[in-house]
Amino acid sequence: MATAIARPTEHLNIVIVGHVDHGKSTLLGRLYADTNSLPEGKLDKVRDICRQQGKAFEYAFLFDAFLEEQEQGITIDTARTFFKWQDRHYIIIDAPGHKEFLKNMISGAARAEAALLVIDAQEGIKEQSKKHGYLLSLLGIRQVAVVVNKMDLVGYRQDVFEAIEKEYREFLSQLKVTPERFVPVSAKLGDNIANKSANMPWYGGTTVLDSLGLFRKETSREQQPLRFPVQDVYKFDARRVIAGRIAAGRVKVGDRLVFSPSNKSALVKTVEAFNVEPVPTEATAGQSTGITLDEQIFIERGEIASREDSAPLVSTTFRCNLFWMGRHPLEVGKKYLLRLATREVECEVAIIHRIIDASDLASRETRTIVGRNEVAELTIRTKAPIAFDLYSDSEVTGRFVLVDQYDVSGGGIMTEMVTDEHTVLREEARQRDIAWVKGDVGADDRARHFGHRAALVLITGGRYTGKSFLARRLEGQLVADGRHSYLLDGANLRRGLDADMAEEDTKETVRRFGEVARLLIDTGLIVVSTTNAFGGADHQAIRTLVHPTPVIAVHMSKAEEEPPPNTDLAFPGPKDYEAIAAQIITELKTRGVLAEALGAKPQFHYSI
Amino acid sequence: MMNSHLRQLEDQSVYIFREAYKHFDNLAMLWSMGKDSTVLLWLARKAFFGHVPFPLLHIDTSYKIPAMIEYRDRFAREWRLELVIGQNKEALAKGMNPTLGRVECCTALKTNGLKNLIAEKGYQGIILGVRADEEGTRAKERYFSPRDKHGDWDFREQPPELWDQFKTTFPEGTHIRIHPLLDWTEINIWEYIRAENIPIIDLYFDKGEGTRYRSLGCAPCTTPIKSTARTVDEIIEELRKTTVAERSGRAQDEGRGMELLRKDGYM
Repeated sequence: MATAIARPTEHLNIVIVGHVDHGKSTLLGRLYADTNSLPEGKLDKVRDICRQQGKAFEYAFLFDAFLEEQEQGITIDTARTFFKWQDRHYIIIDAPGHKEFLKNMISGAARAEAALLVIDAQEGIKEQSKKHGYLLSLLGIRQVAVVVNKMDLVGYRQDVFEAIEKEYREFLSQLKVTPERFVPVSAKLGDNIANKSANMPWYGGTTVLDSLGLFRKETSREQQPLRFPVQDVYKFDARRVIAGRIAAGRVKVGDRLVFSPSNKSALVKTVEAFNVEPVPTEATAGQSTGITLDEQIFIERGEIASREDSAPLVSTTFRCNLFWMGRHPLEVGKKYLLRLATREVECEVAIIHRIIDASDLASRETRTIVGRNEVAELTIRTKAPIAFDLYSDSEVTGRFVLVDQYDVSGGGIMTEMVTDEHTVLREEARQRDIAWVKGDVGADDRARHFGHRAALVLITGGRYTGKSFLARRLEGQLVADGRHSYLLDGANLRRGLDADMAEEDTKETVRRFGEVARLLIDTGLIVVSTTNAFGGADHQAIRTLVHPTPVIAVHMSKAEEEPPPNTDLAFPGPKDYEAIAAQIITELKTRGVLAEALGAKPQFHYSI
Repeated sequence: MMNSHLRQLEDQSVYIFREAYKHFDNLAMLWSMGKDSTVLLWLARKAFFGHVPFPLLHIDTSYKIPAMIEYRDRFAREWRLELVIGQNKEALAKGMNPTLGRVECCTALKTNGLKNLIAEKGYQGIILGVRADEEGTRAKERYFSPRDKHGDWDFREQPPELWDQFKTTFPEGTHIRIHPLLDWTEINIWEYIRAENIPIIDLYFDKGEGTRYRSLGCAPCTTPIKSTARTVDEIIEELRKTTVAERSGRAQDEGRGMELLRKDGYM
């Protein structure tokens, strides 16, 4: 036994997967028993329980803790078990093989770095053997050892083992997974688990135990480009700390960071930590840390910090591979919540390209739903632009889950960015924001001075619906309340800024309008605008240019009608303008633009 | 010095704390003054840079060892903690005690004491220090584990948990148990206490009588183990050699006690 000095320790997470009844729990139990890794008395205790209940002892009972699991002889939920061998520590996760519990298998496998995939020699390759193999590849687990179990039931025959190896290798090669090795065992009898079996002299490879030792520790993501998703912004004391866990790369004091998708930028002033001496000046991939910035820029949870020259992708649309484990099928057009690192945004499935039948990997006919436990290739569209990477470039920021009602119901990896109609404008906004020459007065200084943040109120609607009247009333009310507001009518730009342009070039008109609004917003104003010329799609373009400033879209109409997408407030029929202006002001308060009362400290939804 | 595995455990726990704080308006943490929940408390201070932005709950069964109460009050003062103490006074008034049955007593004084407090205060999230290596049902827990309206645990229908995306949305009237220490082992806890120099209650150390507590609970149902470990170093050395289960001194673990207790909302 080594002494109590600190020594380098390595920990590895391993998952055991495979079809139901192929012997995963038995393999785990046997591994512990044959290496004397069980707590004192555990084996006897389980033997006693079996005797009392009048049933034969099985190694699987050691970890199937629930009464129901023992009664049914199946594993329902994943168990984490702790195992140490030759100075290496393992957390071995026993995942259920029954297809009803696939979500539990995924929960277990998602945290693993390597996998043992168990196949019954007598039954051969079954549905879940393949499905689990496919899911391992989707979950990014590339180190796989295949354990061919129950060799005793096939008379320890080499040809049976080799046939399974050949068939399964072919299957895995389609997934670009190359298994490390195939091990023939009998978990029940202990052949090739911890000890080499005398029953299979034809096998010259390693035991299961030795195979564990050959799995490698994942390499750190420190060398990859920086990805620092913002988890929260704390202001418990004088420090304003941007907290989060570094997904890839490293961050150090003095680095210039760009936050996507807002394109805000600042220098790292300090790296914060509690009870760490000396005070750290950098943090690396995997660490939960906190930083302060040299400027009080507005940043919200969900943004991803990176360096300027290696920023993540930004779009509302992407292609992905997704597995679905929801109670209800995944439907095209239905709204779901997408979560990517710390970002949460509403989304919908735009296209189901194909259902990948995990059993044969062939595509099936096109459908509008993805059923429980199916894997599909999709295009997803989010309501607001998100920052992300392709999974092949950066794992943590290249994968996401979908939440249906209260439950995480699907997981996916991003395979391709799809350009949407605003990609060009978004790129313009990003380049402009990064290159923007700033004075010493920041947005927070202006907000403090004015007592409110900047915002854009966009009033839409047909002719004679009272848009201009409302806009003037709103501007008047805001200024009377002591706010700083300005009415920007699209028509005013026509004679000046747009005088060189043909009437019909609405695209350029919209772009210029958006840039002017952006300038006014940068001065800290609440810009109230009415535009007749612009339709719904153009409003989306303006949002893209002023992003991430809060935009409140108000739609006016004479009768009930479908307002343009993303409308916040709609007012059909006869109007009480006083009341509508008051309602918009309430909305500005809800969105954290205005403080509740003048003179009170502004309560912002994000930042400060 | 902290080894890389301890650092990983710390990073993961801190991440969980921050997710809990972000998603739950009415959050609280259980503190039993034992080694695990004291490490938990330390990790909260790590996560929030020296602050603990939610109350700490102590379910007082009235059978706790007196030294534990002194320790609680001292650090609540020093670390400026908001302490909320819950007690099932009704059950105590009716004379509930361990001689009426261990599972019955735990259910009345701990489980129901906690449930009453959750109902009274309307907590949506409860952070607690259970570890997967303690016993079988805890090995199957999630980091974010829902409890229904009655506080019960439906282990058949646990939510999927992957890529650090947790269950943070839930229907009215239910709550979530949050387990930042799930991946820690007993030895990790002690290694971390050593690395961070966390002040730990001295009941864990032998004071010359050749015994110490390995796991702390109520006085009548927790027995000390034979051990001469007087320091954190000596405890770590002892744990490296032992093959005896940590909770062997805890009476409620006998038979199927823990599964039944935990299904009904025990910690």
